[in-house]
Amino acid sequence: MTKHLLSAGDLSREQAIEILDIAEGMSNVNDREIKKLPTLRGKTVVNLFFEDSTRTRISFEVAEKRLSADVINFSAKGSSVSKGESLKDTAQTLEAIGADAVVIRHSASGAANVLAHSNWIQGSIINAGDGTHEHPTQALLDAFTMRKRIHGAQSPGKALDGVKVAIVGDILHSRVARSNQLLLSTLGAEVHFVAPPTLLPQNASGFKAALHYNLDEMLATEKPDVVMMLRLQAERMNASYFPTEREYARIWGFNAGRLGALKDSAIVMHPGPMNRGLEIDAVTADSPRSTVLEQVTNGVSIRMAVLYSLLSGERSADV
Amino acid sequence: MSKQILLKNAQLASGEVTDILVAGDRIVEVATAITAPSETEVLDCTGLVALPGFVDLHTHLREPGFEQSETVLTGTQAAAMGGYTAVHAMANTMPVADTAGVVEQIAGLGIEAGYADVYPIGAVTVGLEGKQMAELGAMANSKAKVRVFSDDGKCVHDPVLMRRALEYVKAFGGVIAQHAQDPRLTEGAQMNEGKVSAELGLTGWPSVAEESIIARDVLLAEHVDSRVHICHLSTRGSVEIVKWAKARGIRVTAEVTPHHLILDDELVRSYDAVYKVNPPLRTQDDVLALREALIDGTIDIIGTDHAPHPIEAKDCEWNAAAFGMLGLETAASIAQLVLIESGKSDWNRLVEVLATKPAQIAGDAENGQPIAVGSIANITVIDPKANRTVVAESASRSINNPYVGMQLPGRVIHTIYRGYQTVKNGELASRGRGRND
Amino acid sequence: MSARTVLSSDDIDRAVTRIAHEILEANTALQKSGAKNLVLLGIPTRGVLLAERIAKVIARAEPDVKPEDLLGRLDITMYRDDLASNPTRPVTQTLIPSQGIDDKVVVLVDDVLFSGRTIRAALDALNDFGRPRAVKLAVLVDRGHRELPIRADFVGKNLPTSREERINVQLNETDDQNAVVIE
Repeated sequence: MTKHLLSAGDLSREQAIEILDIAEGMSNVNDREIKKLPTLRGKTVVNLFFEDSTRTRISFEVAEKRLSADVINFSAKGSSVSKGESLKDTAQTLEAIGADAVVIRHSASGAANVLAHSNWIQGSIINAGDGTHEHPTQALLDAFTMRKRIHGAQSPGKALDGVKVAIVGDILHSRVARSNQLLLSTLGAEVHFVAPPTLLPQNASGFKAALHYNLDEMLATEKPDVVMMLRLQAERMNASYFPTEREYARIWGFNAGRLGALKDSAIVMHPGPMNRGLEIDAVTADSPRSTVLEQVTNGVSIRMAVLYSLLSGERSADV
Repeated sequence: MSKQILLKNAQLASGEVTDILVAGDRIVEVATAITAPSETEVLDCTGLVALPGFVDLHTHLREPGFEQSETVLTGTQAAAMGGYTAVHAMANTMPVADTAGVVEQIAGLGIEAGYADVYPIGAVTVGLEGKQMAELGAMANSKAKVRVFSDDGKCVHDPVLMRRALEYVKAFGGVIAQHAQDPRLTEGAQMNEGKVSAELGLTGWPSVAEESIIARDVLLAEHVDSRVHICHLSTRGSVEIVKWAKARGIRVTAEVTPHHLILDDELVRSYDAVYKVNPPLRTQDDVLALREALIDGTIDIIGTDHAPHPIEAKDCEWNAAAFGMLGLETAASIAQLVLIESGKSDWNRLVEVLATKPAQIAGDAENGQPIAVGSIANITVIDPKANRTVVAESASRSINNPYVGMQLPGRVIHTIYRGYQTVKNGELASRGRGRND
Repeated sequence: MSARTVLSSDDIDRAVTRIAHEILEANTALQKSGAKNLVLLGIPTRGVLLAERIAKVIARAEPDVKPEDLLGRLDITMYRDDLASNPTRPVTQTLIPSQGIDDKVVVLVDDVLFSGRTIRAALDALNDFGRPRAVKLAVLVDRGHRELPIRADFVGKNLPTSREERINVQLNETDDQNAVVIE
């Protein structure tokens, strides 16, 4: 393994499968009565959150605690050079404290890369979401969830070859979509992006995904195994990306009718939190096809696997 | 009077090898085998190229207001090290150079420093706010004799205001230098919009935001029969619009920065904010278009857009970082790379883009003069065969230099500014030109 | 380096059979019943295979016992104390037989007993699954060089070795042959 996890694109197929397999082991731990391993005893892990995200923070925190790490939560909301504490000062403070790993969430794309490639801090950096760039642990937990639904107990060692995944919604601003297209294509899946043209990048030629504007047409022609609905952020709603929320929900939202158009084995995913009635309706969200809660559960196992992988093993390669 | 300087065996842009004798602030003799009069400093220029001193039409000297980044003194010292004998100081200082008082102060600081002529550029609008025209006439009539006006850093976006400014400066032979950037199309923009911005999740700065303003402004210039200068043109589309406008007879001139000639947006993948600049680094295709346009004359000049920033403005996450990079000390090398090393142009063209044309656009009669008897002695001597690795240390007060570690051709050996040697054997003079030099 | 076979296929079979009977005897002494309340936990990779073989022998001796009732596997990767200095090890599944381990006699099964650190980790892991009545240790080979106060209850063969030598246990479930080789 490398020292940091900054981008889902950093993982080779073998490394990605290894993390998913380790997460299988971790998920067994999460099913037993004493949900704790001594693996990271004496290691200090800092959750450095420049942006509110209770869900992601809690998921990492549980993962860290189940591995017996000492956990420090550092919330530095609204921080930037102009508003008080800079990333550099914060990083140097954490270095002085002696952090072995830093889990960073930041509103600026590339913040995790800057932290990893500066000489401000020596520990491992885990990107827990940087602006509209990437969210690699989300992609890993999504892949894990797909693999479990498709291969069940036969999951270990498997990739996602030939699996068709449709990711629907605000691709332009989605770090989930960016990380997923990288990881899923590494694992052999075929990725389709569906969005109104205003919410696709002007030039998406670098994406490992096919692009569609029409959700129904895509569902009919591609027959995806997985449909992943993205959350529509409130700040997009009044910025002329689409006329009204009602129109968006009608054309790009997932609902009971579209659920019926899926093949029987297909699943519907959502990274949460959901805007019920906007990108996904209640029937879909609460159907057995929906994996929303499994994704949350699997998130803990994946984050345990990532922490274990980064903090163990030979360092010489990447130091 | 300063003592005399004799440059022996210098090669001129034309290729001719000659001696050049400087006395006082003038070139007094250009001939082969001049015998050095007494009290003459003789500089052996064998193998070196002597060119008219360079003129930068686009420099941010940061003083007054941002002296932690640069001052008129350090900025002109960097200019001298880069072979420049004149710089035009952009108006986005604090206070903004939008009154006669501020421009006179900046001009005065330039004379005091003595490393290069400092021509202040006046703001087009009060406080660069794009709302009300600044007192262009007062600045033109001040001791600073401002002829170039720009809101650089911001675009004169209001079409009516732009039209009026283009008309108004005709009264005193001025020119508006436009920073072409549609503000609405570039809200929150961080880098060139394209393949790379899509992958990096950084808000895009689309080419069309530059091109639409250039298209509008050349048409406005035509309509009111005035001159417009396009600052730091950065896209293939902009080149095509300027080419069209020139063919149509519109009085437009265009500038390209050194960095847009050799750097592209792939560099942003590092998220290293040293590559953050406005307009942003574009694609390799744009780079190639800009090079061709510089060679064929569609683009008239190289303007450095030398933009110093303190370390903390760059040593941070990309979004929080400031736009801009240094350029004065590397511009000539990049010009040499693009024009000479490419084998596609020559030293005459290099002199045009770095000296003659910028002086002409700005109306600086005392700069950009040829190396000939009677000219003001602004001379830059370059070793074209040198190959140097760019280092962070420089005469500038800032270090936001994107070329550190790169190999660039050519080195400035001597800079003679009005008969005074500001740079000698690659070393900066310990003081600038004084009243008695 | 020269390789020397120290246990043949037959030797291994005999050792496994003997260990199985010793376990039954000891359990009878402790619990008045041969295979009652007994759990065999193999430590991956070859400890798991040896535990399976031992369970088969026990099942032959006690006809009402099914091997799968006794058998489990205990992955100790996450309990190791050498995390930072060794390459990432794959984590395998831990399986506890349905009867659980509370108040049972648990026999840990491994191929080679060396420093004792693996068994230390196994004891820690066991803690997280329950509270056995007693924990015993069965190994095919004890090669000495202990770094912890740990001792095997059932040993196939004691093999004095030097620290530099490598003991290679080969079982035909995963390897080409059944043999214990010193290199």
